[in-house]
Amino acid sequence: MNISESFLTALDSLLANKLRSVLTMLGVIIGVAAVIALLSIGNGVSDSITGEINAIGTNLIIITTDFDNSDGYQTLSQVDVDALSDPLRAPLLGDVAGIAQGNQEVISSGRSTNVTVAGITPNYFTIYNMTEFQGGDGLTQTDVDTRARVAVLGATAAEDLFPDEYAVGQSVKINGVSYEVVGVLAESGSAINNTDSNIYVPLSTAQSRLYTTRTRSGEKAVSSITAQAVSAEETDAALEQITEILRAEHGITYAADDDFSLISQGDLLETFNTITATLTAFLGAIAGISLVVGGIGIMNIMLVSVTERTREIGIRKAVGALKRDILIQFLLESIVLSLIGGLLGMTLGWLISLIAGNALDIPTVVDAGTVALATGFAAAVGLVFGIYPAWRAAGLRPIEALRYE
Amino acid sequence: MIHMRNITKSYEMGTQVVHALRGVDLDIAEGEFVAIMGPSGSGKSTLMNMLGCLDVPNSGTYTLDGEDVSQMSDDQQARVRNKRVGFVFQQFNLLPRTPALKQVALPLMYAGYGRSERLERAQEALRKVGLGERMDHKPDELSGGQQQRVAIARALAVSPSIILADEPTGALDSQTGTEILDLFEELNTQGITIIMITHDQEVADRAQRTIWIRDGVIVNEETNEHQ
Ligand SMILES: Nc1ncnc2c1ncn2[C@@H]1O[C@H](COP(=O)(O)OP(=O)(O)O)[C@@H](O)[C@H]1O
Ligand SMILES: [Mg+2]
Repeated sequence: MNISESFLTALDSLLANKLRSVLTMLGVIIGVAAVIALLSIGNGVSDSITGEINAIGTNLIIITTDFDNSDGYQTLSQVDVDALSDPLRAPLLGDVAGIAQGNQEVISSGRSTNVTVAGITPNYFTIYNMTEFQGGDGLTQTDVDTRARVAVLGATAAEDLFPDEYAVGQSVKINGVSYEVVGVLAESGSAINNTDSNIYVPLSTAQSRLYTTRTRSGEKAVSSITAQAVSAEETDAALEQITEILRAEHGITYAADDDFSLISQGDLLETFNTITATLTAFLGAIAGISLVVGGIGIMNIMLVSVTERTREIGIRKAVGALKRDILIQFLLESIVLSLIGGLLGMTLGWLISLIAGNALDIPTVVDAGTVALATGFAAAVGLVFGIYPAWRAAGLRPIEALRYE
Repeated sequence: MIHMRNITKSYEMGTQVVHALRGVDLDIAEGEFVAIMGPSGSGKSTLMNMLGCLDVPNSGTYTLDGEDVSQMSDDQQARVRNKRVGFVFQQFNLLPRTPALKQVALPLMYAGYGRSERLERAQEALRKVGLGERMDHKPDELSGGQQQRVAIARALAVSPSIILADEPTGALDSQTGTEILDLFEELNTQGITIIMITHDQEVADRAQRTIWIRDGVIVNEETNEHQ
C-alpha cells in the first residue's frame, strides 16, 4: 500500500471515530494552549518590566542621601553634583543632575492636589527621556540661574489641576507662592517612576523656597543625584568612581561607611529579573502540569480504545493488511491528530495570550521555542500512546487480535 | 489444493494445556464444498484458522496450492489471506462505523487495487450478495443477515479461490440462514472452494462432503449424494 493510500485510510479512520479523534485532540489542544498562553504571559510581564526600566533612561545611576545618617542634615549637595560633573574627575560619567524633591500641596484655581514637586536642572529631562511635551516647553538654564517661579507639569498633574483648561500660561500656587506653568509633559505611562503626576520647578527655586535644608558644611542640599554612565559596560567602574569622589568630598575616613547609597539601572533590572524569573518559573510549572494533564487525557483515550482498535487490527490483518500497513496507518493517525491539535492549541494559546495581554496591558510574546516544546511534547505523547498499542497489536497473529478483550 | 498432515495445535492456559488439534490430516480438492461438523470445543475453529493462515500450527505440514505455508513469512501469509482465501465469521467481524462499500473495498486496498477499480469491484461484490442498495450503510444500520452479506461480499471482493466460513449462519434466523447458504451454493457452482463449519445437519447436507471432528481429530468423513 502506498503512503497516500495509508494517509487516506488514516483520515477515514479518524473521521469514522470522530468522538475519539476529538477527545484525543482535546488533550493536545489543552496542553499546547496552556503552555503557550502561560509562558507568553510570563515573557510578556518580564519584557514589559524590562522595557519600563529601560525606558527610564540609559545607564542611569541614582545616588541618594543615606537615611541612617539623617541627623537633620542632608549629605548630598550641589558641590557633589559639580564634582561628579567634572569630566576630569569623573570621566566615566556623562550628564549629572541634582534633584531636590518632596511632597507639596499644589493649588490651582479652585483645585488642589498633593504631589511630588521636584527641583531640577534642564538636563534632568534629557537624562530621563522626558523630551515630549503636550504643550509649552521644559525648563531652561536661565530659569535655574534666575530662580524663576515657573513650573512644568506631568500629564496627570496637569489633568488634575486644570481638567478643562489649557494649563500652559496658567499659574499654580506651591507653598503659598505662585508659579507660572510653562510646559506640560506628554504622558509617559511609566509605572516605575511615576513621572506623570510630578511637578517640576528649577532646582535653585526649590532650594530657596521649598527645600531649604543644608548640608553639615552649609551647602544647599539635593535629595538625590542622577548620573549617567558613559556606557553599560562602564557602569560598575562608574559606580566606583562616584563612591571615591563622594567619599573624598564628604571627608569620609577609610574605616567609616558611606553616607549615601547608589543604585544603577542594571541593579534595578537584575532585581526585577529575579522576580520575573520566579513568576515565569511558576507559570512554567503550571504549564507543565497542563501538559501532563493533556498527555494523560491523550493516553486515556488511546488506552480505552485499545480493545476496539486491536479488533480492528485483527480484521485488517485477516483481510490482508501487512504489519507495515497497520503501523503506518496508526502513525499517520497520530501525526494528523497531533498536528491539528497542535495547530488549534497554538491558535487558542495565542488568542488567550492576546486577550490576557490586553487585559493586563502587557505585550505578550509567543516565542518559537515555547511553541516547539509544547507541540513536540503533545505530539510525542500522542505518538507514544497511539503507536505503542498499535505496534503491539500489529505483531499479534490475526486470530489473537480478533479475539482480544 | 489443500493438504494437511498431522497438524497439531495446543493452547496454554496458565498451567493447563489444551490440545485443540491432535494430528489432523485433511485433503480438499479445488471446487469442493466441504462441511465441518463436531461438538463445541472439538477444534473446528482452530482448524479453520490454520487453513486461512489466521494462526499457525505447532507442528505438521500444510501445503496450499503446492506451497508450504509453514515456511512462509508473516507478509507472505498476509498475502494468502488477502488474495487466496476469504473469511466469513459467525460474528461478522466488520469494522465499526464504516459503510458497507468501504468494508468490502478493504481487502482490495491491501491488494493494491487503485481507487476506482476498488470501488467498482466492491460495488459488484455487494450487488452479487444482494446489497446493491445498502452500500452506504454502516453495520449498525444493517440487519444480521445483511451484515453477514457484507462480510461475504468482503470475502468475495478479491476473487479468492477458497472461502472459509466459520458458522456463518450461527447468528442468523433460519430463513436468513437459508438465503446465506443459497449464496454459498451459488458461489460454489461458480468454482469457488467452500469450507464451512456448522452445527446443523441440514446445513451440512447441502455440502458435497462432511467431515466430523471430535477432540481435535477427524473421526468420520462422508460424501453426500446429490442428484
Ligand atoms: N485462544 C485460545 N486460547 C486457549 N484455548 C483456546 C483458544 N482457542 C481455542 N481454545 C480451546 O481449544 C479448543 C478448541 O476450540 P475451537 O477450535 O474454538 O472449538 P470449536 O470451534 O470446535 O468449538 C477448545 O477447548 C477451546 O477452549
Ligand atoms: Mg468455533
